[in-house]
Amino acid sequence: MTTRHISGALALAVTLLGGPALALAQSDTAAMSGMDHMNMGHEIVIPKGALYTKADVEFMQGMIAHHSQAIVMSRMAESHGANPQVLKLSNKIDQSQVPEIRIMQAWLRRNNQFAPDTSSWHHMMMSGMLTTAQLEELNAAKGIDFDRAYLRLMIQHHVGALKMVDDLFNVSLAGQEVDVNVFANDVVTAQTTEIGIMQKLLNQLPTK
Amino acid sequence: MRSSSKLIGLIATLLVPALVSAQSYPSAADPRNNLKPGRFDAGTAASNMRLVSFTPKPAQFDSSRGLAFINSDLAFGGHYVYQGNFAGFTVWNVSNPAHPVVESVVECITSQGDPSIIGHLLFVSAEGGGNRSDCAKGGVQDPKDHMTGVRIYDVSNPKAPKLIKNVQTCKGSHTHTVIPSPTDPNIVYIYVSGQQAARPDSELAGCKNGTDPADPTNSLYQLDIIKVPLNHPEKAAVIPGARIFTGLEGSPDCVTFCAPPDPRREARRAAAAQAGAPAGATARATDPLHTGPRNCHDVTAYPAYHLLAAACSSHAIMVDVSNPEKPVRISAITDTNNFQGRHTAGFSNDARKTLWTDEWGGGTGPMCQAGSIMELGGNTIVTASPDNKKLTQRAYFKLPSAQTEQENCVSHNGGLIPVPGRDLYVQGWYQGGVDVMDFTDADHPTEIAYFDRGPIDPPSDTSKASERSRYTIGGSWGAYYWNGYIYSSELDRGFDVLELTPGPQLSANEIAAAKLVTLKEYNPQSQPKLTWPAAFPVVRSYLDQLVRNDGLTSDKTSAVGQALDAAEKQSGAARAASLHKLGAQVEGYAKGAKDSARVKAMATEIHRLAAASK
Repeated sequence: MTTRHISGALALAVTLLGGPALALAQSDTAAMSGMDHMNMGHEIVIPKGALYTKADVEFMQGMIAHHSQAIVMSRMAESHGANPQVLKLSNKIDQSQVPEIRIMQAWLRRNNQFAPDTSSWHHMMMSGMLTTAQLEELNAAKGIDFDRAYLRLMIQHHVGALKMVDDLFNVSLAGQEVDVNVFANDVVTAQTTEIGIMQKLLNQLPTK
Repeated sequence: MRSSSKLIGLIATLLVPALVSAQSYPSAADPRNNLKPGRFDAGTAASNMRLVSFTPKPAQFDSSRGLAFINSDLAFGGHYVYQGNFAGFTVWNVSNPAHPVVESVVECITSQGDPSIIGHLLFVSAEGGGNRSDCAKGGVQDPKDHMTGVRIYDVSNPKAPKLIKNVQTCKGSHTHTVIPSPTDPNIVYIYVSGQQAARPDSELAGCKNGTDPADPTNSLYQLDIIKVPLNHPEKAAVIPGARIFTGLEGSPDCVTFCAPPDPRREARRAAAAQAGAPAGATARATDPLHTGPRNCHDVTAYPAYHLLAAACSSHAIMVDVSNPEKPVRISAITDTNNFQGRHTAGFSNDARKTLWTDEWGGGTGPMCQAGSIMELGGNTIVTASPDNKKLTQRAYFKLPSAQTEQENCVSHNGGLIPVPGRDLYVQGWYQGGVDVMDFTDADHPTEIAYFDRGPIDPPSDTSKASERSRYTIGGSWGAYYWNGYIYSSELDRGFDVLELTPGPQLSANEIAAAKLVTLKEYNPQSQPKLTWPAAFPVVRSYLDQLVRNDGLTSDKTSAVGQALDAAEKQSGAARAASLHKLGAQVEGYAKGAKDSARVKAMATEIHRLAAASK
């Protein structure tokens, strides 16, 4: 199977998987799919007097892609024979990040900015996101090999999210609009704790 | 062809539902199901509780959606309730709880605006990136204008509160907790919980980020403390913070759902322990990041017991605050299932039990849906050994009603309801409503009352572009019992006042006994010790509880009830004599009773009432 097929399959899977929780994102996939690529070069216009900056918009757009890939990774856990603890963690990440995508999309739309959909991870490469080769590696792993790969790669993925927040707050005047500020801090709180959990779970796996 | 069949195979495997421990809610019969959505005309459902009044937000805080103008926490003093808002605060006069009146609205961008009241001083938490020293809108253009910390207002004139000082802290103030000095009535300490990284030194001198929790110059891994002389609040100042996190590792040992232990790793650990290496030293050496707690979300003080229950992401920490300038960590635990984060804590009145909330999803996510993970986003009950050195996690409690995808829902702030003999906690669950949990039995917490509205937003109509952008965050930030009423701060809608009503799980006598407890001031995060006057409703509360739990046989409970009625008709020495006689009789019932402790407690209350009757 080629790289292209894998990412195509995963994209379709995440669209089809959208149960009730993904309904909003899913409907946007339909509505926006034609605009996706057009908007990738979309110029971000910040209205005069706005409390947010271009960096805030890029952060929210980028984090949608980042979260979408985390959901794709997490939804592999059951079929790939993850142990109960890893399965539970992956379920937590899935259930946490689906509504966060909705929050980011709602914020972008409220501010008349382009809101990427859950397929955006295909063409937006944010900090810590898996390369196609890494995704392929994860998808090929089963059982304890999957646990090991998932934890290692999700730690990388989460560390990337923390870096995205760091980068945001390092931009002058960015990160102070209240919704972005609260959301970015929530990402740090949740994902820092999850990194700790994943490190411990990884340490508990039998060594090869 | 070949690749498409592989593709279908992969989709099929990914389509398997991934839920491990979905809660099965009693959904069919729950009156909270399918409530009509609406901001001001939503359907409501209530049990053992009724809405006394609802007052919409002042217009100043009702100009846009998002989090910019949401209401936050409450503080109580005199005739007033102080309601925080991300853009200021409202002072409500609740002399008549059926008609709360706005005394004043203070506009001052201050997320998240959690308030505390001490006398005429109001303390307000400021954390957000856009908060300015001068309160103005427009965001922080010059970092020197950035205000994160605690604002102090003089509210002696409730119609015109005056900002008297901004106390800046390195990590800002997401929440704060007032602890009175045990020795000097003129001093209070404000424990400040900040969720952010430390500010740069260029913004606030002396602040420093770092990765070493033990480094005393690192501003990150500490609980900030402000010392306030009440007669000179303008002299309030930051004192050295409490380094209660040092040595805590970010992740717990696995207790449930664990992978099988690796014998080789265990052998290495044992060898290391024998060689005298400090526990955890090897794990720390390989950790790329320090992921132990560096902040608490909330800390709840119980000054009467000199205790502080600190809810600090991965850890629940019990702290001795006998000397509030030098708090000392007594114990700390993580969640047994490894995944809960600690948000807020509350003590039982006897301080033997604590409850801890988990704000899964940060309060903005719909985490109470039918498929939401049961162990996340709710409360957990923890008991403590008498010296508080050993904490034991006992049970989870999640709102037993499935909420919709439109409703942000997770356990949030609350406080005790002063019913004698029971541990009742009322709290806000955002759009999950107001809920009362009975955690008398640490292993079986149950719901005994609720008030819920339908979602603010209707289900998304995906055919309309305008509908897609709706995702209104609302519901109860916190709900607290104060002097006979439950006050709830609704993020989006306004201000609710509720009242308990009797039912099988809560009797009229228990409600009457609760009303006997009055507090002039109430800051829920600085928990007051509840005491009851000697009174018939207090005795009858125990009696009702013994009837309810079958803790004493029905012939005896009937006899006690009749004797109490008879004694109540008497007065003075005659009443005292009857009650002493009854008290002695009830003491005799204790032996052999199913709930002998409660029978004894009732006997004590009867004697106390007798003593008060002379």
